Amino acid sequence: MKFDKTTVEYASKLARMKLSDEEMAHLSSQLADVLKYIEKLNKVDTSKVEPTSHVLPIKNVFREDKVKKSLDAGDALKNAPGKEGAFFKVPRIIE
Amino acid sequence: MESFQLTANKLKEEYKNNKIKPQDTVRALFKHIDEVEPKVKAFAHLDQNEIANNVGANGRSPLQLSGIPVAIKDNICVKDQLTTCASKILAGFKPPYDATVIEKLKNAGAILFGKTNMDEFAFGSSCENSCYYPTRNPWDTSRIPGGSSGGSAAAVAADETIMALGSDTGGSIRQPAGLCGVVGLKPTYGRVSRYGLIAFASSLDQIGPITKDVSDSALLMNVISGHDERDTTSADVAVPDYTKSLVKDVKGLKIGVPKEYFVEGIDPEVKTAIEKSIKVLTGLGAKCEEVSLPHTEYAVSVYYIVATAEASSNLGRFDGIRYGYRADENKSMISMVAATRGEGFGQEAKRRIILGTFALSSGYYDAYYLKAQKVRTLIKNDFDQAFRKFDCIITPTSPTAAFKIGEKVSDPLSMYLSDIFTISVNLAGIPAMSVPCGFTKNNLPIGMQIMAKPFDEETIFRVAFTYEQNTQWHLQKPKL
Repeated sequence: MKFDKTTVEYASKLARMKLSDEEMAHLSSQLADVLKYIEKLNKVDTSKVEPTSHVLPIKNVFREDKVKKSLDAGDALKNAPGKEGAFFKVPRIIE
Repeated sequence: MESFQLTANKLKEEYKNNKIKPQDTVRALFKHIDEVEPKVKAFAHLDQNEIANNVGANGRSPLQLSGIPVAIKDNICVKDQLTTCASKILAGFKPPYDATVIEKLKNAGAILFGKTNMDEFAFGSSCENSCYYPTRNPWDTSRIPGGSSGGSAAAVAADETIMALGSDTGGSIRQPAGLCGVVGLKPTYGRVSRYGLIAFASSLDQIGPITKDVSDSALLMNVISGHDERDTTSADVAVPDYTKSLVKDVKGLKIGVPKEYFVEGIDPEVKTAIEKSIKVLTGLGAKCEEVSLPHTEYAVSVYYIVATAEASSNLGRFDGIRYGYRADENKSMISMVAATRGEGFGQEAKRRIILGTFALSSGYYDAYYLKAQKVRTLIKNDFDQAFRKFDCIITPTSPTAAFKIGEKVSDPLSMYLSDIFTISVNLAGIPAMSVPCGFTKNNLPIGMQIMAKPFDEETIFRVAFTYEQNTQWHLQKPKL
């Protein structure tokens, strides 16, 4: 698989992360090396193997539908770079 | 020996016999820190006044960690204290709540002793990826302490704290513990609650102790372990008293030594140290045999897909809206988020977010992410099979001793390969500990890794304690 600057640009859009041209060039050459190394996985026959997403038998965890004490709005907003009243404040959403 | 050099267990005795008070320990630590910290740079945040004002416990209370200073890795939330993952994107963040492990430490009477430096978001093996400064190895300050919990390991090794907490996703407790000559344990996945640990890779992360000896490790594990309903992946499995496993007895114990861990790239001095250490244990009655973990060579590849995929998802929350850094960009919300992330994340974080996003993206998911998850199954099966025959597995913690600062920064792949012996443990979810087992000719510590089956930390403690009681490595101190 070809991993180049276009791939990095596409992934950076998906990740909502602005990168400079220089960063994209740098990342594409470094990650191409890493991916080449990773492609050794293709040598392994996994046709009859189930994937592992968690090592423990994970199941849904339910609890009683009871109201518990939770973070109050003031505490939740304390670290926000922008806020107004009881809300997080962001630049406009519709362009 | 000075009070700041003591283990937690020794310090508890001193408190009990009224020889010293926690205030004395803290004062002695501060004095020592003033001398050595400029050389080591183990801490990201250390507010001496706040700590001094909060040394409330008299040390004679029956609480398990009464008056014992414990340094905390900077990715574990402590209420109203800076918690930044050594990243610009979390600049100024003071969590409004405590992680479960922090609640447990507070309830046990511990003194929370500052936040330790780390690779940004735990991405790294050298502590060079911190937004603050690199931490240095107390044994040779031109070298790295390992990572990502490099600050915690260096602080314990340099006697700048009595104990510390780290986190381990692919070796981040064991590798720095090994390179700094201290004891580091990655517990079984699910043994310790992850609530309040800022997530890197949720299926791999575990919090664990970094301590001066094996007995302190057991003491700290007794405090932090256990089921927590706020972490849905935490295991509802009874926690034993780990101090009961501190017995000198390995008679008849079956040790497996995987042949795949003694291949090219391993430093001959490291290999010799491990072989000698295994002889110590067989000399005490343990039985040792070669074992095969045939999928070992794929572990790094699997890890750098699974871990980066999970990280790219977990780090989606850093968007300049609810906490931390926000870029000065107001055109639209999306451009603000993109600029914030572009300016806030360091190079290694960007590298991993791009790789992880790519591996999860449409068209590549099956070829990379799903494939990696399947090979992960094979790696786990290797261990399941090995533990049917063996009680524990012993390997080096790292292929080499600590490398020089700057040596691997421009070559991510060679940096990733320095975790080659620790990564499989996280993929399989099993517990493993690094204990000091020797020194190179250049006087750099070497670590031995002891692995056991899931929820069998007790065997690790037994083997490690027996080894420690029959060797002197853990008593060596760096000259700073």
